[in-house]
Amino acid sequence: MNKSAKQKHYRSKKVAERTTSVVLYVILTVISVIWLFPFFYLVLQSLRGGESGIVRYFWPKEFTFNNYIRLFTDEQIPFGKWYLNTLLISIAVTVVQTIVVVATSYALSRLRFKLRKGIMQLFLILGMFPGFMSMTAIYFILKLIGLSGNLFGLFLVYVGSSAMGYYICKGFFDTIPLALDEAAKIDGATRHQVFIKIILPLSKPIIIYTILTAFMAPWGEYMFSSLIMLGSNGTDSYNVAMGLRLLLQTEYISDYFTVFCAGAVFVSIPITILFFVLQRYYVEGITGGSVKG
Amino acid sequence: MVDLDYLKKSPWEKFVFGLKGFFKGIPAGLKGFFVGIWLKICGLGKSIANAGKEVYDAAKNGDWKTRMSFAVMGFGQLARGQILRGLLYLIFEIVFILYLALFGWKYLVKLGSLGEVAMVEVENEITGVVEYQYFDNSLLILLYSIISIFFIIAFVYVWYYNVKGNKASQDIVETFGKLPTAKDDIKAYADSQYHKTLLAMPMLGVLVFTIFPIIFMIFIAFTNYDSLHTPPSQLFTWVGGENFVTLFGLSGKYGSKFFVTFGDLLLWTIIWAFFATFSNYILGMIVAIMINSKKVKLKKLWRTILVMTIAVPQFISLLLMSQMLSENGVINNLLLEWGWISQAIPFFTDGTLAKVMVIVVNIWIGIPFTMLIVTGILMNIPEDLYESARIDGAGPVRAYFKITLPYMLHVTTPYLISQFVGNLNNFNVIFLLTAGAPLTSDYQYAGKTDLLITWLYKLTFTNNEYGLAAVISILMFVITAVISLIVYRRSNSVKNEEDFM
Repeated sequence: MNKSAKQKHYRSKKVAERTTSVVLYVILTVISVIWLFPFFYLVLQSLRGGESGIVRYFWPKEFTFNNYIRLFTDEQIPFGKWYLNTLLISIAVTVVQTIVVVATSYALSRLRFKLRKGIMQLFLILGMFPGFMSMTAIYFILKLIGLSGNLFGLFLVYVGSSAMGYYICKGFFDTIPLALDEAAKIDGATRHQVFIKIILPLSKPIIIYTILTAFMAPWGEYMFSSLIMLGSNGTDSYNVAMGLRLLLQTEYISDYFTVFCAGAVFVSIPITILFFVLQRYYVEGITGGSVKG
Repeated sequence: MVDLDYLKKSPWEKFVFGLKGFFKGIPAGLKGFFVGIWLKICGLGKSIANAGKEVYDAAKNGDWKTRMSFAVMGFGQLARGQILRGLLYLIFEIVFILYLALFGWKYLVKLGSLGEVAMVEVENEITGVVEYQYFDNSLLILLYSIISIFFIIAFVYVWYYNVKGNKASQDIVETFGKLPTAKDDIKAYADSQYHKTLLAMPMLGVLVFTIFPIIFMIFIAFTNYDSLHTPPSQLFTWVGGENFVTLFGLSGKYGSKFFVTFGDLLLWTIIWAFFATFSNYILGMIVAIMINSKKVKLKKLWRTILVMTIAVPQFISLLLMSQMLSENGVINNLLLEWGWISQAIPFFTDGTLAKVMVIVVNIWIGIPFTMLIVTGILMNIPEDLYESARIDGAGPVRAYFKITLPYMLHVTTPYLISQFVGNLNNFNVIFLLTAGAPLTSDYQYAGKTDLLITWLYKLTFTNNEYGLAAVISILMFVITAVISLIVYRRSNSVKNEEDFM
C-alpha cells in the first residue's frame, strides 16, 4: 500500500474498494490458517501410523485408527475411566451448579432484603483472594477426612463456591421488567410462584448458558483436579485433563504422543458439537454479562 | 487540569496521562483499601452495640417466658405455642453444648501451642519392632479450633436472634393476641422470606468452601508450617510475623533471593496481565471489525473458524501449543525443513522469548472471546456517527480511534477490569504452556514465566512451604484489591467526565 498514495488519486472508487476487500480476505484467510492449523495438526497426528512419539516429518506416512483403539485397550492408560470420571463429574456439577447459580442470581436480582448489598460486596471481596488460597486449605481438609484423591471431593470443590459465579445470570434477570412480578403479586402469587411460573420460563437463554459453561468447565480444568488427585493411588480417578497431561510427561511422550492426540480429538468432538449447537446462547450470555456495570 | 486541555492531547499523551493517574492513584487506593476495612469494622461494632441494646431491652421489659429463654433457648416460643421454632432453638443449643463439651473443647485448649507431643517411638517389647504412636496433630487442632470458633460465633448470633424473637413475639401477643403458627412460618419461606430459602444452600457452600478456607490460610500464614514441620509426625507452631520477614528477605533460610523472586514475579504478573488483557482486546476488536465490514461475505464461516478455540477444551489447545512450539516441535521442524531458519528457535527455553510467546499464544486463545463480545456491541454504534465522520473526511483508522474505540471502552470497562483481574491469576495458560520454564537460579523455586499464582502452586505442592505461600496469597489479595479499587474509581470518574452521547 505504500506507493498507493499517488495512484489512489487517479483510480476510480470501485477499484479502491475492491483492493480493500481483497486485502480483507487475504488477512482473514491468513488468520483462519493460523487458527485452524493446530487442530488440523492434531487430527493428522491422531491418525498417524508407525512410530507413536514425536516425529520430524509433518505429513503422516501412513494413516491408521490404531491410536484410537489404543486409547481403550492400552493397559497403561485407563482412558475410558478418565473419560467416564469427567463425564460423571460434569453432569453432577452441571445439575448442582445450575440450580445454585440461578437461585442465587434470582435472589440477588429480584428480591429485596437487608443483606443483599452486603452479600454482593462479600462475593466481590472473596473473588479477589487467589482461588488457589482456599484450595490449599480445602486440600488439607479433604485429606484429613479422607476425601482427597477422590472424585466426590473434586465434585465438592467444583460446586462448593458456585454461588460466586452469579454475575452474568443476575445481569440477565435484571433486564426482565419488574412490572411482571408486581402484576403477578397483585393476582396473589407468592414469590416462589413468581420465580417458578413467570421468571424461569422467560430465562431459557441464560439457563442454557449456565448449563453449557458448567458442563464445559470440568473438561478443561487442571489446577484443582491436580491438587485433589495428589493423594490418589494410581491414575484411575484422574479426569481427562490430568490423564492427557500425563501422556505428555517425559516418561510417556516418546510412546504416547499420537495416543495423546487421539484422546484430545476424542474429548474435543462432543464438546465442540455441543458448543456449536448452543453457540447462540453462549454468545448472548457473554455479551449480555460483559457490558453491564 | 481543565477538561479542555485533556481533550486537546494526542492519544499517546492521553495514555501517559492515564498511566500517571494510575500510579498517583496508588496511595489513594491503598488508603481506600484500609479505610474500607476500618469502616467495615466500625459498622460491625455499631451493629454489635445495637444488638446489645436490644438484649438489654429484652431483659428489662421481657416477661418471665422471655427471660427464661436467656438460658433455655426457645423456651418462650415453646411456652407461647410456637412449637417448631422453639424446638429448633432448643436442639441447636443442645447440639452446641454437646459439641463443645465432648469434642471442640479439647482442641480449643491446645490452640495456643498447637500441640506438645506429635509422635512417640515405642519399641514393641515382644517383637522388638519400633512402632509410632501419634498424639497431637497441629493441623487438626487448628482446623477444629477454627470450626469451634465459627460455631461459637454462630451460637452467639442465634442466641441473640432467639432473645430478640422472644421479645418480638411477646410484643405481638400483647398487641394482637395471636402469633403466626408453624404453618405460617413455613409458608413465609416461599414468600416474604423466600430469599432465605434460595440463598441458604449457596451461602453455606461459600462459607464452607471459600470463607472458612481463606480464614484457615490466614491463620497458617502465622505458623511455621513447612516441609520440616509436617503433621502428623511433626508439629508446627505460631511464629508471628516471621513469614512476612522471610518474604521481604530480611532474614530466614532463603535470604534476599526470596524477595527478589517475589518482586520480579509480581512485576511480570502485572506486565503479563496488562498485555494479555489489552492485546486481546484491541486485536479482537480489529478482527471483529474486519468480519463485520460490509465488504466481507461468509461472516458466519470466519466466526466459526475463530470460535473453534473456545469450543475445544482449553487445556487441549494449550498442551498442543506447548508441544508444537517446543524445541523439536512441528513449528521448528517445518521452518527448518523449508530452510527459513538454520537452528531451532528456543520458543520456551529463552526467558524473554518465552514471555513473548505466552502472550502470543494467549492472543490466539483470547481473540475469539473478544470478537464474540465485541460483535454485538459494534452493531449498536449508530451508523450515522460513521456517516458524518466520512463526510468530514475521516478515514477508517481515524474513525476507529475517534468513534469505535471510545465507545467500546465506555461500554466494556467492567469486562476489561474483570479480564485484568482474571489474568493476574491466570493459572491455566502459564502452567500448561510452560509450567514456568525456563527455570533460573536467580529465583527461588520459580522460572522466568512463572506468575505469582503458579509460583504459589510450586511453593505449596512441590516444596511444602505452606506458611510462606499463605503470606504471598494474602499479599496477592491486597494487590488485587488495591488495583481493582484504583481502576474502578478511575473508570467511574472517566464515565462521569465524558458521558458518551
